[in-house]
Order: sequence, then structure tokens, then C-alpha cells
Amino acid sequence: MERILFGDNQFFAVNHISDEKSRAQSIRFKDDSAIIKTLDYAIEAGINTFMCTTHDRIGNICDIIRANPDKYKGFKIFPCMPYAHKYANAVTELGIMGTLKEYVPGNFFGSLFKGGVAYLSKDYLSIMELMIDAEMKMFKGIDTPVIFLQNVITDLLLGLRMNEMLVAYHKYVQKKYNAEAGFITMNMPKLLKVLQDAGIENPIICSSINKVGFRMSGGKEIYEHTLKTNTFRAIAMQVLAGGAVSPREALEYVCRLPNIESILFGASSRGNIQETANLIHQFDQQFNIKSVI
Amino acid sequence: MVKVGLIGAGKMGLSHLSILGAHPDVNVVGVCDTSKMVTDVLEKYGSFNGFSDYKKMLEKTNPDAVVVAVPTKFHAIIVKDLLERGIHVFAEKPFCLNASQGEELVKLASARKLINQVGYHNKFIGNFTEVKRLIDGGYLGDIYHFVGESYGPVVIKKKQDTWRSDPAEGGGCLMDYASHVIDLLNYLLAPVTKVHGAILKPIYSTGVEDAVYALLELSTKLTGVLSVNWSDETYRKMSTSITVIGTKGKIIADASEIRIFLKEETNSGYSKGWSTKYITDLTEPVDFYLRGEEYSAQLDYFIRAIEGKVPNTINTFESAWLTDKAIDLIKNTK
Repeated sequence: MERILFGDNQFFAVNHISDEKSRAQSIRFKDDSAIIKTLDYAIEAGINTFMCTTHDRIGNICDIIRANPDKYKGFKIFPCMPYAHKYANAVTELGIMGTLKEYVPGNFFGSLFKGGVAYLSKDYLSIMELMIDAEMKMFKGIDTPVIFLQNVITDLLLGLRMNEMLVAYHKYVQKKYNAEAGFITMNMPKLLKVLQDAGIENPIICSSINKVGFRMSGGKEIYEHTLKTNTFRAIAMQVLAGGAVSPREALEYVCRLPNIESILFGASSRGNIQETANLIHQFDQQFNIKSVI
Repeated sequence: MVKVGLIGAGKMGLSHLSILGAHPDVNVVGVCDTSKMVTDVLEKYGSFNGFSDYKKMLEKTNPDAVVVAVPTKFHAIIVKDLLERGIHVFAEKPFCLNASQGEELVKLASARKLINQVGYHNKFIGNFTEVKRLIDGGYLGDIYHFVGESYGPVVIKKKQDTWRSDPAEGGGCLMDYASHVIDLLNYLLAPVTKVHGAILKPIYSTGVEDAVYALLELSTKLTGVLSVNWSDETYRKMSTSITVIGTKGKIIADASEIRIFLKEETNSGYSKGWSTKYITDLTEPVDFYLRGEEYSAQLDYFIRAIEGKVPNTINTFESAWLTDKAIDLIKNTK
């Protein structure tokens, strides 16, 4: 994985601290061309990986990337599935069964229930596989070396102790897409332990890591300790903690931590993207030199 | 360890189950749902004990506490049964279909001295507890108006009917969505005791309202506006906000930020003029996070109340019953 990954929250009006900012972003990125333009700024800043939700609009972005193979040579996407609000709103309205009927493709689901077919362990995993395939359709022909499970699902399964499902996801993504599974979580230390116990070596885990301890369940100290004492590929997200600390202070904290392979951030303007990338490189250089001495 | 059972493993039930499953002081002894598929999956992959009959679950597992997350129409009968068996109860919101159902349960829980809580999670959001502090501290002067709002994209086209579209089963925007705002107003200001006019507007639904607009009066005579619409797709997810204005200042707060205007310098922690504070400053961290700190915090509070570590004062049956009463008032406004 590259040191810097470019995120997509800003494109879909996701702002953790302000609904007003969300609205402004939603206007700014109304047209797909505005998203592409911003991705191009990221590429200009040397960032070649876009980590994004399987939102419907990403489908359009994928079309543009496919149509311009030369321009996007070497460009990678890390899909994050599922786009949770689509399902959450559907579950509120249709219930769990209704949602599955609506979103699991093909007649598989209908036939499973019509005849009162025995529920075999394998069938539930097949449902998951079909849903992964449905979410992955839009990325056909695009390089997706890591495929992430969104935190709401990772953490739901974690709390439900459905470790086998997490492992099944890991295996399926590898087998079908020749990709590595990544897990987004708000409970990094707990998840790491579960994955390690299940025999998954060196897992890719993306979690909130920031100076103010925002969304670091159990506390910042446990996170720092976990990073120091374990082998895994950590990605830090929400490094700016929604803007609670200055970018310089926020990035210095993250760059100083051991064992963080990548930093995920999203920004809208060319200046902010460039500045963030520069700061990361600057701190990396500073701390690497220190550690050598 | 507190032995906990769950009845109803739908969207909220599964969310509660996951949080309870990760709680260090909780032993989930059983899960009951009418869907065989759901209990099957939970048994097979989550190693929970699944049941299709809640009475059987109670007899076999003997829980100290039960979380009830079934459709509202079943709340009264199940909660009553649980209380009579001496079991602590956490029930999902809204509490009951009407205030008369809830009244009996409030009395029963109090008589049996059982921990009782309802899932109005907004009270566990740091921003709203901060608003409560500022209102109670008198920093806004004489409060003369409020606006409680909530918008979100639940029903955004005509679709098949579910229990949520049947008012007899606790469906509709008033009971499902507006209840959150009413409950928050009750908590922050004072209970709603009079309704001066209400519009229950269907937009896409046929059996129930998709929006609620009402003029409310509180027990303190303070008046204000309720505006709730669950068919508003300009919102990505449910967004609840409260505006309170008084002679010395004004607060506009939602789950992400608080904006406050103060006419004078005070010892409130905010300076004169406009200030903003974000949820990142006001959230207490939790041990396990699923969909928001508040969901973990409310269940943790329930468990700690059972353990005797905190008083059972937030989101009691009584406070949820006052919300049910306000819902009745809005429903009965001509």
C-alpha cells in the first residue's frame, strides 16, 4: 500500500462535525467532473490510490477511469463495502428479509425460501458472496488490490462474535478478486486480536487514529500500545479528527507513531491536498532520520 | 456478570446484541426472534442461544435483564410479563402504543424496584447533554421559544407496506421518528402538556403520516414548534436538531455541532457572541463502538444501573411514558 491514500467522504457530503459543511460539499461535488478534477489534484500530489465507498456515483467515476486508461495508468481503487446507509434505510423500511430480497441478486434468495430448503451453513456465506459480487460489479477492469469491509459491518460482526464471517470475507475476496481483504473498524485492538486468533497473518486494518482520541474505542493508549507491540498493516483514518486539531499537529502525531503503513485523508481543494501530502512527507523524513540516528 | 436476554433481533435488536456481545460485564444468555433464519445465523456463526418463543427463553436461561426490540405493539404485553417475573427491562422506543398502556408499566416497574430504561439514545449524545447544562445553568436568560426538528430519508417513494406503515402497530413518522424529538424536548426543557395545532401529513405513505408539524406547549408554559419529516432525502441519515432562544442567548444544536450565541460574558465556558463546539470535543469515549457512542453508552448505563453503579434516572419508563402522552396529544389534535 502507498503511504498516502485518498478518501471520498468529501464527495458524498460526509462531514463528521458539520452538517453545514456537508451541504457545501454536496453542492461542490454535484457533477462527476468535479470529483474527477479533485482526483486529478490528488494524482498531481503523488497519491495514486483512491479508497472509496461503493456509492452509486462511484460507478460513474469508474466509467471515466476505464475510458482513460493512459491517464489513469497505475491508479488503484480500494473499494469499501457496503454503502451502509443504502442498507440501513432499507432495513428500517423493509425489515431484514425485505432488504435481502431487494438487494441479493438473482433468484437465489427466492429459491432458498420458496421450497423451505434446509438452511445449510454454506448458504449464508453464499448470500454474503453474492452481495460482495453485486458491490464489486462497478469496479470491473479496475485495479482493486485491497477490498475493505466497512466499519459498521466489521464491528457488527465483531460484537456478534461472528469471527467466521470475517474470515470468510477475507478468503472470498482473495479467491474471487485476487485481492487482499481490508477491515475498517472503530475497535482496532479488539478486531486485531480476533483476526490474529483466527490465523489471519498481518491483516490490513483501517481505524480512527488521531491526537484527540476521537473514535478510538477503549482509549488512545490501548491503540498506541497495540501499534507498538503487534505486526499488522495499519491505516490511520480520521487523522484530523473532524478538524479538532490543526493539520500540522494532527499529522505530526500520526507520522510519529510506529507501524502505520498508510494514512487516509480526504480533501476538496488542490491546496489542501498538496499541503497535507507535503506535511506527511515532511514529518516522515524528519522522524525517519531521527530513528536512524 | 449480568445475564441478558434479547427479544427481537431486527435492526435495533442486532445492534444492541452486538454491543452487548462485546460488553465485558454482560453474558448474553439467549436471543429470541420470530425469524428462524435470523436465530439460525446467530446460533451458527455467533454461538448465541436462539429461541422462537420468548417465554421458553426466559424459563431456560433465567436472565437478570432483557432488551426488548420488537415492534411497538408487542411492547406492553412483553414488558409487563418481564416485570412480573422480576426482570430488569430495556425497551426500544417508542415505549408503548399509547399512554394508558405505559402507565401500568411505570407503576409496575417502580413497585417491583426494577431497572427500567427506554432507548431514546439522543440523551447520551455529548452535544445534547451540553445543551441541557447550558439551559439548566440559565445562560440563555428567559427562554421564550424552541424548535425541535428531525429529517431523514426513510420513506422516499411509494412502497410496500410494513408494520411501520400501520398506525395501529406503532408505525408512522410521529411514533417512529418524531418521538425522538419530543423526548429530547421533554428532557431539555419540560414535558409537552398541550398541543395548539398539528398537521400529520402523508407524503408517500397511504396509511400513516410521513411528516409531523405541530405547535407545542410545555408544562412551564413555554411554547415552540415541532417539525419532523422522514421523507426528506436531502438528508443522508436521520438528523435531529434543537433550537432554543431566550432573552440572553440562543443555541442551535445537532449531533455534530453546537452553535451558541450569548449576549453577555458568562461563566458558561463560552464567550460573548457566537461560539461553536463540535461533537469531537463533547463525546465521552466508549469501550466498543458500533454506530455511534450513544448506542454503546445507553446500554452501558443500563448494565451499570443493574450493577448499582449509576442511578436509574435517564430514559426511565416514566420519561418515555411522558413522551407517549405527548404523542397521544398530537394524534388527538383536531
